[in-house]
Amino acid sequence: MSTVNSVRKVLVATIQELSVGIGKRVKVEGIELALFKQEDHTVHAVENKCPHKGGPLSEGIVSGEHVFCPLHDWKVNVRDGQVQAPDQGCVNRYDVEIEGEQVYVFIE
Amino acid sequence: MREKLVLIGNGMAGIRTIEEVLKNDPDRFDIIVFGEEPHPNYNRIMLSSVLQGDASVDDIVLNSYEWYAENQITLHTGDAVKKVDTKKQVVYSEKGIVQSYDKLIMATGSNPFMLPLPGADKEGVIAFRNIKDCETMIETSKNYKKAVVIGGGLLGLEAARGLLNLNMEVDVIHIADFLMERQLDEPASNMLKEELEAQGMRFHLKKNTEQIIGRDRVEEVRFTDGSSLKTDLVVMAVGIKPNIELGKKSGLKTERAILVNDYMQTSAENVYAVGECAEHRGIAYGLVAPLYEQGKVLAAHLCSADAASEPGYKGSIVYTQLKVSGVDVFSAGVFQDNEKTKAIRVHDEFEGIYKKVVVQDNKVVGAVLFGDTGDSPRLLNMMRSGEDISQMSKVAILPSESSSDSKVSPVVAMADGETICGCNGVSKGEICTAITDLGLQSVEQVKQCTNAGRSCGGCKPLVADLLELTTGEEVGNVKEPMCGCTEYTHEEVVAEIRELGLSHPREVMNVLGWESDEGCSKCRPAINYYLQMVDPIKNADDPSSRFVNERVHANINHNGTFTVVPRMYGGVTNADQLRKIADVADKYSVPLLKVTGGQRIDLFGVEKEDLPKVWSDLGMRSGSAYAKALRTVKTCVGEQFCRFGTQDSIGLGIELEKKFEYINTPHKVKMAVSACPRNCAESGIKDFGVVGVEGAWELYVGGNGGVDLRGGDLFCKVKTKEEIIVTISAFLQYYREHARYLERTSHFVERVGLDHMKQVVLEDVEGRNALIERLEIALSTGKDPWKEIVENEEKQKEYQKTHVTMS
Repeated sequence: MSTVNSVRKVLVATIQELSVGIGKRVKVEGIELALFKQEDHTVHAVENKCPHKGGPLSEGIVSGEHVFCPLHDWKVNVRDGQVQAPDQGCVNRYDVEIEGEQVYVFIE
Repeated sequence: MREKLVLIGNGMAGIRTIEEVLKNDPDRFDIIVFGEEPHPNYNRIMLSSVLQGDASVDDIVLNSYEWYAENQITLHTGDAVKKVDTKKQVVYSEKGIVQSYDKLIMATGSNPFMLPLPGADKEGVIAFRNIKDCETMIETSKNYKKAVVIGGGLLGLEAARGLLNLNMEVDVIHIADFLMERQLDEPASNMLKEELEAQGMRFHLKKNTEQIIGRDRVEEVRFTDGSSLKTDLVVMAVGIKPNIELGKKSGLKTERAILVNDYMQTSAENVYAVGECAEHRGIAYGLVAPLYEQGKVLAAHLCSADAASEPGYKGSIVYTQLKVSGVDVFSAGVFQDNEKTKAIRVHDEFEGIYKKVVVQDNKVVGAVLFGDTGDSPRLLNMMRSGEDISQMSKVAILPSESSSDSKVSPVVAMADGETICGCNGVSKGEICTAITDLGLQSVEQVKQCTNAGRSCGGCKPLVADLLELTTGEEVGNVKEPMCGCTEYTHEEVVAEIRELGLSHPREVMNVLGWESDEGCSKCRPAINYYLQMVDPIKNADDPSSRFVNERVHANINHNGTFTVVPRMYGGVTNADQLRKIADVADKYSVPLLKVTGGQRIDLFGVEKEDLPKVWSDLGMRSGSAYAKALRTVKTCVGEQFCRFGTQDSIGLGIELEKKFEYINTPHKVKMAVSACPRNCAESGIKDFGVVGVEGAWELYVGGNGGVDLRGGDLFCKVKTKEEIIVTISAFLQYYREHARYLERTSHFVERVGLDHMKQVVLEDVEGRNALIERLEIALSTGKDPWKEIVENEEKQKEYQKTHVTMS
């Protein structure tokens, strides 16, 4: 674990642990993250909490870089955290870096 | 230096004016808004929907904080203006803000009128006016049972309906001798009363409240005739009075409200008033459409270089629509007969429909519609335009009365200039243009792009009709695509899967040219279902296309925990199972155990990572309470113990549940077996309901106890259990093959017709045998999902949560 300014780089998973189309929950101290692996083996990380009613996005149906919240079907882009129209809002997103098999997330 | 525009009042009228100003000239003003309530601008007329449980407070916010920020509007919420100095052009707020203005808009709205009764200050006596009132009612309903609504007008009835939804007993007190007397005539009012009584409201007409009694909290309401009612809550909905305190204090001329001219100017220079606090030509309006019309006029005036040449406000035609589910009421203009008027009347007591169009000097001046309000936009337009109707037939005035084909929407006959959304003044032409130019596909999109339907929502059916009309080749014959990702209908997708032998959701989407490569939460589960339905042996399940409940075989709760429901065949359990459930509940600290309507025990609040362990410890099979599959078979006691039971309902119930468990269906399927017509297992509202009678069984199909309550249809009467099973098998397979995904049997039976189902299941013996054969193949693939996961460590991985600590 290393520190870049006040941002910390945290090992959260290995790439094999993640499956395309199914989110994974990782709790990093106080924050619960949802990780989403894409077809091209990039990984996106967002806070596991829909801005609508706090639904766990990791449990939603994943379509490419969008996830549908399992509680009320809000559509969230996991790349930039933006909620898609007609709903509005955004969810915290985190930078991800993959080194070899290791998936790191940058957390402030 | 931009001019400063200050708005007092963060409600619908004021903010609509600001929206119009921004539309006209976004850079003209620095805008500052003061609002007394601690919320952004919300849709007050939708409060009844919040109370009735159809919308959340978030849902009715019209302009979010981001909207204010994006438009660089300074918003002070929770801060009332206490003084205006119209000479120095400065306003002073309660919290000490001193703000100068070049133009000032007063949009202070109105306050609920509280009857000055003795005891009206007691706890539990409230109005129905803002979010806080709504919250109070919801909170009260958790601890108390009885409510009294004073006022049988629009607001009172909407409040009463909301309280009924909150499971309170509701008595409505009304001073007049019929309900909504200011909007309805007596026949319409009587029909309304009958309908609302059927919904559970109790009415006390011609009653005057005298006193509210109670220690601290209200306990009783007493009337002038000496009678009284016990109650825990009193909601006063007797009217509103314009909120003109500030206006008066600031020296503006007032009567019933702040006096304004045709440009909404008050008696002070550079001070304007709109909405419920304004009085124009002797009228202070309390409805939304006039406020919006005023806002438009005022904005045009404020932004105009030559203000005097702008057309002024000439007054509005008022109309009303009651927002109570299951009741369609509309009223506009002059609706009472007098010696100068004549009326066209339609009164169908069988259908519960009443229509009255009031005509004076060959012009429509008012209308009352009950039960079918489809003609309301057309009538309003006729009233606005003052069209001469002397040459018109009745059908032209009330298009929905063209009996030959009552399915044709009234929008077809409307001219482009006619208004569809009266609240926001959006015409048919504007909506059609938006649909064509922007390629809109849903009512929601039309709402976003045109504002139509954004206020009371009463015009949504017409907007839907316009969508059909504009996008489809023919009205009523429009293909309904599976979802926004494709043009293909459900039926066409199934046909293509069969034809091309497709075997994976991604393949279907690629081959059929899906607009988004990945699909969405609507089409993915449907395609996954169809693939397995078409070929249950070859086509594998795609877990990533399943909703979480089905993917993890438990029901997700609002806080992300899950509910576990073990199977109890026919609702029968034993001491050993109960002991195990109790032990599991202790071991995993299950916060709630509940017996369900389907006769089994729910374990609520289990963490996802505990699910496999809970299943393993229970040692029971999955109850499929989450699945699009057979859920439960509810049974009565029957011949085993009941003195009326003529048949072994428990035995048959268990047999049915074991036979059909774990098969995928287009939607959930519920069954029940009752041993006598007393129907203790509620067989009449199940997908398949069996009722035992002396020496025979009756089979009912297509019943539904859900949102669209529907009694099942008697399908056949047979002698043996075997015949029941054969009939259900064939029916179920036909439903599996021909229903659209997420279509319940109730809707399916209505769509294809009961006679058709009898033909394919009962009369066509060869066809029936083929259906049963295909069902048996599908049944052979059914497995208990819990067991599979408990026995397979690899499959348990999805349930685990990683914990990372940062040190």
